Amino acid sequence: MPRRSRRIFPLLILCLACGFIAARARGQVTFERLLNSGKEPQNWLTYSGDYSGRRFSPLDQINRKNAHSLVAKWVYQTAATGKLETTPLVVDGILYATAQDDRAFALDAGTGRPIWMYQHPLPGDVRLCCGRVNRGLAILGDKVFLGTLDAHVIALDTKTGSVIWDVVAAEYQKGYSFTVAPLAVKNLVVIGVSGGEYGVRGFIDAYDAATGARQWRFNTVPGPGQPGHETWEGDSWKTGGAPAWNTGTYDAATNQVFWPTGNPSPSNRGEGRAGDNLYSDTLLALNADTGRMNWYFQFTKHDEHDWDATEVPVMLDSGGKHLIAQANRNGFFYVIDRTTGKLILANAYGKTTWSGGKDAEGRPVAQKEASPTLEGHTVCPGALGTTNFMAPAFDPQTALFYVTARDQCDIFSTAPQPYEAGHAYYGSAYFPSDDAKPYRGFLKALDPATGEIKWKFEHTSPTWSGVLATAGGLVFTGDAEGNFIALDAASGKPLWHFQMGGAVYAAPMAFAVDGKQYVAIAAGSGVYAFGLP
Amino acid sequence: MALTIPQAERVKKKFVASALPWRAFLAASVCAGLLLAAAATFAAEDQNPLAGDAKAAKAGEYEFRINCALCHGLGAHGGGRGPDLTRAQKKHVHSDAEMFQIISNGIPGTVMPANGTNGQGVGMTDEEIWQIITYIRSVELKAPAKPLGSAAHGRELFYGDANCSLCHMIEGKGGRLGPELTGVAGSRTRESIIDSVRNPSRRLAWGLTEATKEFPQEYETITVVTGGGKEIKGIALNEDSFSVQMMDQNEQIYLLEKAKLRSFKKSRESMMPKFDAEILSDKDLEDIVAYLVSVGAK
Repeated sequence: MPRRSRRIFPLLILCLACGFIAARARGQVTFERLLNSGKEPQNWLTYSGDYSGRRFSPLDQINRKNAHSLVAKWVYQTAATGKLETTPLVVDGILYATAQDDRAFALDAGTGRPIWMYQHPLPGDVRLCCGRVNRGLAILGDKVFLGTLDAHVIALDTKTGSVIWDVVAAEYQKGYSFTVAPLAVKNLVVIGVSGGEYGVRGFIDAYDAATGARQWRFNTVPGPGQPGHETWEGDSWKTGGAPAWNTGTYDAATNQVFWPTGNPSPSNRGEGRAGDNLYSDTLLALNADTGRMNWYFQFTKHDEHDWDATEVPVMLDSGGKHLIAQANRNGFFYVIDRTTGKLILANAYGKTTWSGGKDAEGRPVAQKEASPTLEGHTVCPGALGTTNFMAPAFDPQTALFYVTARDQCDIFSTAPQPYEAGHAYYGSAYFPSDDAKPYRGFLKALDPATGEIKWKFEHTSPTWSGVLATAGGLVFTGDAEGNFIALDAASGKPLWHFQMGGAVYAAPMAFAVDGKQYVAIAAGSGVYAFGLP
Repeated sequence: MALTIPQAERVKKKFVASALPWRAFLAASVCAGLLLAAAATFAAEDQNPLAGDAKAAKAGEYEFRINCALCHGLGAHGGGRGPDLTRAQKKHVHSDAEMFQIISNGIPGTVMPANGTNGQGVGMTDEEIWQIITYIRSVELKAPAKPLGSAAHGRELFYGDANCSLCHMIEGKGGRLGPELTGVAGSRTRESIIDSVRNPSRRLAWGLTEATKEFPQEYETITVVTGGGKEIKGIALNEDSFSVQMMDQNEQIYLLEKAKLRSFKKSRESMMPKFDAEILSDKDLEDIVAYLVSVGAK
């Protein structure tokens, strides 16, 4: 491995990894490597860094003692406008990322200099609820995988960006799109669809990474004869939504993919779709080989507030138990036994008014008064949720779960709206409640054992940034005002910040090149990399 | 780069889309040619083909809630980001055709997006846009035949005894501490202007928007004590977790690092004094509103 040199690896963990990696330098990213990503901490191999969804980097060269001296190392300008939500991947010195107009690019991770760029030709009439966005790529073998806003799944050659295969998963004209970073598992590319604001029928697909042939599809809204179908009134299942637009996680021990789903459609009008509306706002445990469901846990039954449960489900182990934790958009933090799907705890971690109590399983249930009305009334959290797509992090060293949170209440009002294919299907409107101003934004550190908030850092205004935790005792996040911030993971004290000049909608990640650690994040139209002087 | 859809194809799409809700009962009795012709009336008209239609206004009310109320408020009374549309006199539009264009294509330099079939976001059909226009016209307040107050006297007060111009600018003349008010009557109701004068802290800078910010500048009051012990009080221009930009009553702009301040306080108590009826009579306030309306009408 010519570009890496042992002498500047200051850390034992990196030195150990070095020998292992040397044999694989610039090799293909096998499933084995994805499974054992902890052995190559200089790389960032999945959307969340590894299969657990922890967004934790074992690198500790940048740490509490020296974070104050961080400097910008390079900036790559994508020239794309709008919200840049990408999390880059880094493999053996090359960084792969996307921009919101469905371009993918590869950079030299040490300098930010471009290697290739692929631009997917998008039609002008894609159906998007929330603007053009893309959250990143998956990598397997010699390919990276991109989901597009016109519902294609595309495999690109890692060295050139050439299209290896390009398949159409669904009709974009009906409101289907992809914004998610796919997840590569075994020989499969797993991807979930967007379109909950268009009355799509949601699904999670798995494609053969080599050929693009679809291996399985899990329909998140069960059809006639399937269990769960009875939770939909009449034909409402056909337009039931339940998209799956954020990246799930994978548990090799049980060969299960954990994938969360979004709101039922229409998002803010329950009339016409009486029932629990399975599997909307649900965590699904699917057999990775077949897509068959092993168990499910529905967070919000019969959701009328657009509280997608698509937040990254994070695998963590505590007290000998194998758990999965999710800070949900509905304002509650859930811990679930990932073997059985049984709920262990559900605690509010932000301002909530919708739930008046819990059911026998301990699941918060909605009170009738929380339903949207014609005149509209205020419910907390608002439609944007206590959190949203912002990726959380779990640090095994502090045993804390870090999540971006927002306190904002909205006025929810319903409006009857007929379904029309490819047309927005909200059945409602919501607006920020002025009485609840100012809206507040936080980074919160939760103890997954109890759900308690251990510390919180208040931003000037709510942010859309995700969080990274590192073995250096740091958490990194961005803010709406353009700052990239390093905080003490144990106390929440800010240690360093850099003004990037553009709002942050992305989550940070970390990598190393030539033994030097970097922390990177997208902001404005650029990707920024920081390191020690 | 997005692919360009040929114009002819785009127009055809529009027709099909706008015809959809009518399909059920039209398809049986009307041939395809007539269907297109009927739909074409929605797109090609300079005047609203649904004007005055109560059913269309009701459909428009629901469409408005879904697509417009986030910024323009329930009942079109204005929200934090978009102007009150119940005012007869609007800032950017007069005719139905102009309103159609603006809803379809947005307003450059503002947060008003394109909402037509090819716009970002939801994409409304021509028919739905006309329904919304029908609804807006139905809730519009009729402009009073003559202003309630005297604009000339209002102008005198604005620049004179009422001291408004110490902090507010109109047409390039006046102070800089408070919001610029040249166009304010185009985007806010008489009632909301009066409320802002009588209760300035109730809703800070309510209804004012700026193109460059996701949310409008809120004119919060900031009081700091610098490291050197100097107290500065003013309004927030911009703030993040580590710095603040503010303007004091002498219109001096300060760029301050929070870590170097002895104290930092932010309040939603407006720096604008509360003008109650003893300080400013109802009649004088009405004259000032008339002045603001007369400026907005230009």
